[in-house]
Parts: sequence; C-alpha cells; structure tokens
Amino acid sequence: MRTSGAARIGQYTALLGYLVFLAFPLLWLISIAFKPPRELGSPHPTWIPENPTLDNFRQAFDEQPLLDAALNSLVAALGAAVVAVLIATPMAYVMARRRTLLSRAATGWVVVSQAFPFVLVIIPLFLVLKNLRLIDSVPGLIMVYVVWALPFALWMLVGYVRAVPTELEEAAAVDGAGRVRTLVSVIAPLLAPGIVATALFAFITAWNEFFFALVLLKTPEKQTLPVVLTHFIGAEGVADLGPLAAAAFLATLPSLVVFAIIQKRITGGMLAGAVKS
Amino acid sequence: MTWATGTGTGTGTGSGTGTATAKRPRPERRRAAGADRERRLVDHGAWFLVLPALIPILALSVGPLLYGIALAFTDAQAGRTEPTQWIGALNFRDLLHDTLFWESFRIGLLWAVGVTVPQFLLALGLAVLLDQRLRLRWLARALAIVPWAMPEVVVGIMWRLVYNPDAGILNESLRDLGLGDGRDWLSGLATALPAVIVVGVWAGMPQTTVALLAGLQNTPRELHEAAAMDGAGAWRRFRTVTWPALRPIALAITALNLIWNFNSFALVYVLTNGGPGGRTRLPMLFAYEEAFRYGQFGYAAAMGCVMVALISVILAFHLVGRLRRGEDA
Repeated sequence: MRTSGAARIGQYTALLGYLVFLAFPLLWLISIAFKPPRELGSPHPTWIPENPTLDNFRQAFDEQPLLDAALNSLVAALGAAVVAVLIATPMAYVMARRRTLLSRAATGWVVVSQAFPFVLVIIPLFLVLKNLRLIDSVPGLIMVYVVWALPFALWMLVGYVRAVPTELEEAAAVDGAGRVRTLVSVIAPLLAPGIVATALFAFITAWNEFFFALVLLKTPEKQTLPVVLTHFIGAEGVADLGPLAAAAFLATLPSLVVFAIIQKRITGGMLAGAVKS
Repeated sequence: MTWATGTGTGTGTGSGTGTATAKRPRPERRRAAGADRERRLVDHGAWFLVLPALIPILALSVGPLLYGIALAFTDAQAGRTEPTQWIGALNFRDLLHDTLFWESFRIGLLWAVGVTVPQFLLALGLAVLLDQRLRLRWLARALAIVPWAMPEVVVGIMWRLVYNPDAGILNESLRDLGLGDGRDWLSGLATALPAVIVVGVWAGMPQTTVALLAGLQNTPRELHEAAAMDGAGAWRRFRTVTWPALRPIALAITALNLIWNFNSFALVYVLTNGGPGGRTRLPMLFAYEEAFRYGQFGYAAAMGCVMVALISVILAFHLVGRLRRGEDA
C-alpha cells in the first residue's frame, strides 16, 4: 500500500507528539535526580543539569531505609512469583486441556477478580491475617500477592499450554509414561519459556504493588519499596525533590529491565488472550 | 475460517469471531474432533493438579469476599472491645445519606470516564501508527511500554515533579511559550482533577495500546489491500475493515479500563491524596480512609459492596453486548 507524502508527514508529526508525551515525564524525573539542590531551587529549571551530581542518591539512602525496603520488595516479589507459578501451572494445564465445570468456573473467577474493588477484600484479609499474626510480615504479604497474581498467571499459562500439541502427550502415554511423568518430562520443558515469562510478570506486579503493602505493613523496617517511597513526601505534601527523584528512579530500574526482557511475550499474548477467552 | 469469503466488501459481519479463530484454531478443532481423547489426558483424578491453586483462591479470595459482604451488615470497627453486632442494612442506610461518599462516587465516575475515553482514543491512534511501517517505531514501542512497567507510586511521584509549581517543567514550558505564569496544578480546586486525569491517561495508555495493536495485527492484510484496490481511502478502510475486526477487543478493554480506573488508588494517593478539599477523593481513597484511618470496617465494607454492585452493572452491559453478537462470554 502506498501512502501519500502528506499522510506521511501527518503520521510522523503524530508519532513525534506521542514520543514527547510518553518520554517527557521520565526524562524530567531523571533530570531532577541528578540535579544539585541549588539548581532545583532555581526559578527557571533546565532540562540538563549544569553540575550533575550523585548526592541525591546518597542522600536518599541516608533519609530512608531504601536497602531494607528493596530487600523486602525483592523477597515479596520473588516469593509471590515462584509460589504463584508453582501452583498455577498444574491448574492452568487442567483448564486448558479440559472444559469441565471447574475450569469454566475458574475462567469466570479470573474475569470477576479483575473487577474486585480491593477494599472489599482487604478489610477481611486484614482481619484474617491479623488473627493469624501475619500482619506486618512479608510472608503474609506474599500470601496475598500469590492469590492476587493467580488470575493473570492462569490466563497466561492457559494460553501457553494450548500451544503445546496434545499429540506429544499421547505419544508419551503410548510409551507408558504416567500422568505425572508426562507432565514433568514432556509438558514442563515445553512450557518453560511461558512459565518464566509468567513468573517475571508476577514478579513485576508484586514489585510495583502498593495498596496491599500500605495496609498490611506497619513497621518501617518491614515495608516494601513503593511504601517507603511515599515517606519521602512529607505529611504536608512537601518533598525533598532531589532524593525523592533519585529513589523513585532506582525503584523503577528493576521493573524496566524485567519488562524489557518479557515485553515481546506479553505484548502479543496476554491481553489479546485475556480479551478473547 | 477462510478469509477469502469476506474479502472485497470488507464489511465482514462475523469478523469478531473470525479473528478469534484465525488466532488460535487449535482448541476449536480439538474440541470438535476428540472430546473423549481429552478425557484420557485429564481425567477425574486430576484434582490433585487443581487443589494447590484452588485452596488459596478459596481461602484468600472467595472467602474474604464473602466475609467482606457479611461485614457490610455489621458494626465492625478497628480496636473495639465489645463484640461485633449484626446491624442489618444500617450501614447502607447511612451510606445513602453520606454526601461525602456520593461526592467521591461522582468523582470516581468522572475520573473513570475522563481517563478511559481519551486514553482509548490516544491508544487507538498510537496503535494504528505502530501498525504502520514508520521510522522510530521501535522507540515509540519501547516508550509505550515504560508507563506500564513503572510502579504506580513512581508514576505519581514523577508527575508531581512535572507539576511542581517551582521546580516543575510544565510551568517552565508554559512560561517559555508565553502561556501565563504557571500555577500549582495539583492544589488548585479547578485544576486538580484534570491534572490527575492526564496522569491516569499517561499511565494506562500502554496496556490499551498493546491490546489494540494485537487486535490490529490479527486483521489480515489482504482485507486492507483488497479494500484499497477497490479505491477505499484511509478513513473508509478504517471504518469498514479495521474497526469491525477491532470492536470486540475495543469494547472489552474499555469495560475493563472503566472498572480498573474506577477502582484505582495508588496514583491519586501519591499525587494529591484526595485533595484539595476532596476534589480528587476517589471512592477507593475514601473507603481506605474510612477503614484504616477511622477504623470503620463495617461501613467501608458496605462501600465496597456498593462499588461491586456498580461494577457488576458495567460487566453485565459488557456481557450482554457480547452475547448479543453471538460470542462466548
């Protein structure tokens, strides 16, 4: 198909507009993260810091327990990703291979769970976890994250299972392999890339999560990164801009790296699959 | 399943289901061919595969949901010593007269629609652009992912820095363009909600774009080419070929976006914490304060129920729409 010159110009103008809109807040965050205090106070802020500095990063670590917070986030996100994938994979297999009442109910639950207002779930969860003495603990948070990550983990995995031909399983059955054997030695290896992508996605969502962490974690040493970041903004909404930007920038890096790795896998599959099932 | 039948006119009626079959032919064929074959692969003994996921789902999701609904009919409060009482629909009666709640509900709807509609239009434009062969497309694709990968808290912080009345780039840019002396966008009574809506649009655009792009890439090129040969212009091709194929995804993602946005919390919590004067106090922020600042668990649960009811209406509309077009819901 040919596109006329005028249309091309229009397309590139629009694309440029999108690029600016998408990029400028991020560039501004980075700019502030590297600016010394004097430039931050200037009435005419500039894009490029004149005297770039790492002081903001140092100060951010001094002001808030960022390392502890990052460690808590890492434990919570890793725990949630591993557990979610371990328990979701077998169920996804059943949902993909057989249309029983159960798998239909599970699909329905996946749809509905996307629509929960968390407040209706968090109050009872808060009470239950409090009775189990799991408030203010990362294991308690992991439990919540696992269940919260399950819907889309199931959704992604069902798609991956469907891509594995049933003939392979039949062949294994003919060769005398039992169900577990077939699953472990035939299906699992083929699913591995999908399982890794799902786990990484669960990892990012947990790493980024804020609401549950805010409600369930009270002691500062146990809080995750997003919660600790909000401490940079004082009660009156006044913030020390430099360290705030520096900490925020650091908190984003892991998600950006992980997302860059799995981006292709999610882009094609997840939402399209979600929308269609 | 063959596209040859629909080509030429391009006003394909069943194109929604068509894309679905084109994407994943296997399950359909399998279902038709060998239901009993499946049975051998996964028999009733497969329960042990399901239980590891089913138990936590029931214990930590379905259970709390039911418990939450029950709480809405009690006077449960944080840190109260006397036992919780069953009080019937009293919380709901109070809610009915709670002007602050209805104000937050109104703001929630304004916010949800205000974010979803522009977000959809912008995402549609970007998806169409990304579907073309353009230079810099890779950069736009990469950037379009960024808001998605960022923690919402960071997105909020980032935009606070953009909107900052002194050190923010927005006011500085406006000054440079000669458009007034700038203002404190997030604290202005009139500007706060529009300002947070812009952030909501920015933050949610990637997911919508990716969904729409996936839909676009499922529309067969031949249809476009055939329509072009018939002399259809860009707009006509969009209207007769692209849109009919995209519609199911567009409707689904819009319904989900409305719900997600109505339920959103972190972004606005960081940007304004509901201020100024409650102008951006979304229902979730209101319910959160009610529950975890004032300890009104029963009352906040009742709010949750009302929100679920509203969301169910949206979902119902969505499902009815799909069923009417003869698709699997």
